Amino acid sequence: MFKIVKKRVLTPVTKLFEVEAPLVARKAQPGQFVVVRVSETGERIPLTVAATDPKAGTVTIVVQEVGKTSSMLGRLEAGQSILDFAGPLGKPAPLLDSGHVVVIGGGFGVAPILPIARALKERGVKVTGIVGARTKDLLILLDELRESCTDVLTCTDDGSSGMKGLVTDVLKKELIDKGVHIDQVIAIGPMVMMRAVAETTRPFNLNTLVSLDPIMVDGTGMCGACRCTVEGRTRFACVDGPIFDAHKVDFDEAVRRGKMYLSEQKLAFDRYKAEVAQ
Amino acid sequence: MPIKPRTPMPAQEAEARKRNFNEVALGYTEEQALAEAARCLQCKDAPCQKGCPVGVQIKDFIGLAKKGDWVGAYDKIKETNSLPAICGRVCPQEEQCEKVCLLGKRGQPEAIGRLERFVADMAMKRGVKVQKPDDSAPGRGHKVAVVGSGPSGLTAAGDLAKLGYGVTVYEALHAPGGVLIYGIPEFRLPKAIVAEEVNLLKDLGVRFETDVIIGKTVTVDELFDMGYEAVFLGTGAGLPKFMGIPGENLNGIYSANEYLTRTNLMKAYRFPEFDTPLKSGKRVAVVGAGNVAMDSVRSALRHGAEEAFVVYRRTEKEMTARAEEFEHAIEEGVKFHFLTNPVRFLGDENGWVKGMEVQKMELGEPDASGRPRPVPVPGSNYVIDCDTVVIALGTSPNPLVSSTTPGLKTKEWGGLIVEEETGKTTKEGVYAGGDAVTGSATVILAMGAGKKAAKAIHEYIQNKK
Repeated sequence: MFKIVKKRVLTPVTKLFEVEAPLVARKAQPGQFVVVRVSETGERIPLTVAATDPKAGTVTIVVQEVGKTSSMLGRLEAGQSILDFAGPLGKPAPLLDSGHVVVIGGGFGVAPILPIARALKERGVKVTGIVGARTKDLLILLDELRESCTDVLTCTDDGSSGMKGLVTDVLKKELIDKGVHIDQVIAIGPMVMMRAVAETTRPFNLNTLVSLDPIMVDGTGMCGACRCTVEGRTRFACVDGPIFDAHKVDFDEAVRRGKMYLSEQKLAFDRYKAEVAQ
Repeated sequence: MPIKPRTPMPAQEAEARKRNFNEVALGYTEEQALAEAARCLQCKDAPCQKGCPVGVQIKDFIGLAKKGDWVGAYDKIKETNSLPAICGRVCPQEEQCEKVCLLGKRGQPEAIGRLERFVADMAMKRGVKVQKPDDSAPGRGHKVAVVGSGPSGLTAAGDLAKLGYGVTVYEALHAPGGVLIYGIPEFRLPKAIVAEEVNLLKDLGVRFETDVIIGKTVTVDELFDMGYEAVFLGTGAGLPKFMGIPGENLNGIYSANEYLTRTNLMKAYRFPEFDTPLKSGKRVAVVGAGNVAMDSVRSALRHGAEEAFVVYRRTEKEMTARAEEFEHAIEEGVKFHFLTNPVRFLGDENGWVKGMEVQKMELGEPDASGRPRPVPVPGSNYVIDCDTVVIALGTSPNPLVSSTTPGLKTKEWGGLIVEEETGKTTKEGVYAGGDAVTGSATVILAMGAGKKAAKAIHEYIQNKK
């Protein structure tokens, strides 16, 4: 059992937890993830590490409630415990030592880019953060991001914060078109957003990394549920990734495999919502 | 005098069992067990015992069983075998103890496995009292770490704990048991039995730490820093092999590891009561013909397949599955496409598998494995319809530990290099056994390796003093 020492509600459906997991806290590097299980009948889901405090022995995760497991997790409170919390898994993000890196977070993808931005900045890399959401209130962890980046650009669908548009519009119009030199782009968020970033940078041959978030079971290379095609080769996101060269990822396949259990996920979520409503 | 045939073991009828996940074999009644025990000749030299990888004192335990002394028989088995209820169910006895049984020379051999199972179940039902080693046990004051809680790890842990060592078993998954709980299906090995064997080890003083991935959460070198004097690696062969042919990543195509892990560990057959789903369809093709393939194809029937079939590039004769598993599959209606090999998978417009193009094979000269090499027959390609595919072509050891442990050497294919008699690896204080060394093999061979390594670890620590 892994005790939740702190909870922050970032939006009505996005929750941040600091979890007591000293062994993981000591080891986790930017870009790595943990596998979590919330109940004895529950499934195993991967969640990217958003921060660690090795001294306090805590690991921070951010959860967006999109289905049964994430909602069960989101409803937990400080003082309660997470049943299983195993990691760190996956390879750490490769980090440049100098130059200019643009980190892009879409939705709750802001959480996993934080430790990457922080580590880059500590190395003396110039870090520009781009974050987007539907509206201002849904932009999460802005203060933390500003601390971790040299500069932060925001955008919203309704123009309530920053540019009206998508993160790719900001990347293109505010940076690429203006001739700003960029050594690398790292994008984490929904698959559509990561794919759009890949397509935005491809014509400029701009080194771009994404962190895939496929369905997983064990998270240690045992099952192959998370397999994806990168540069024509089958890779396991859990052990070979989760971070890959965005221009070499077969996004069609990744999107398709991500939808494999849509009807079951909906059934489980509907049953759960009915249970909770009672 | 003619030899009496062996006492049959009651089992669920094929028609009924192929639609449920309950155990197929039902086990002897006390009367049946006594009748079977009575057949044993009690040979002076007990050849059966030499046929057992963990050296179970078969003659003596059956001798006690003849008198109905089930507890005595259980204690006798337990002297050398920590997991009798499991071995009685999944050991290939026909290739080991029963193969050399004298009764077998003139008729059917003694049903040693069935008796072992009965004795273990009977003892567990009556409540087993674990004898904890006392404070003068040689292992007291010494700590050993066991990595992986599959058959080799559990065996090593049990043997070391009996000697008084402080044993901690580290498991990457959320529950202990390794392949016994994620791989072998409920209908062959009920998970409650595995849990019970694990609990008996806990009673003996073994500690279990789940959710710890050695090589990631903690490295082997850090285990030594934590005060462990020796480490046993029973990390298994967890990496699934794929075929590398077009269409393999279509939706609905699983590795056997994933298909069975979802089913057994995550209990997908009880979805939505359990949250993990599995998409097992009406026409399920399983590629490969080992025990894991049999477990997969028989699971497919229980998940509701109208037709579940095996596609194998050789013939019945070269299959690596146990004869009993093959027979059970046939009884349940599994079809076999021999001398058939997939060349690509075909998908529908949504990216779901809808069939596989196969080619016919014929057997040629023996290959490196000693089995005839399958050779494609030109122009023999055709398509088999299916909506689910399970690839069961074997597994290889997971590099998580070897790649993070300086000094630990592996063979080219990933198997850890060890001294055969001791399980000693190339790194001081580190021992290994089971599938992590041999590649996918059997539960009992892994247990035998765990046993040898436990003995070697004991000697290593005692001599170090």
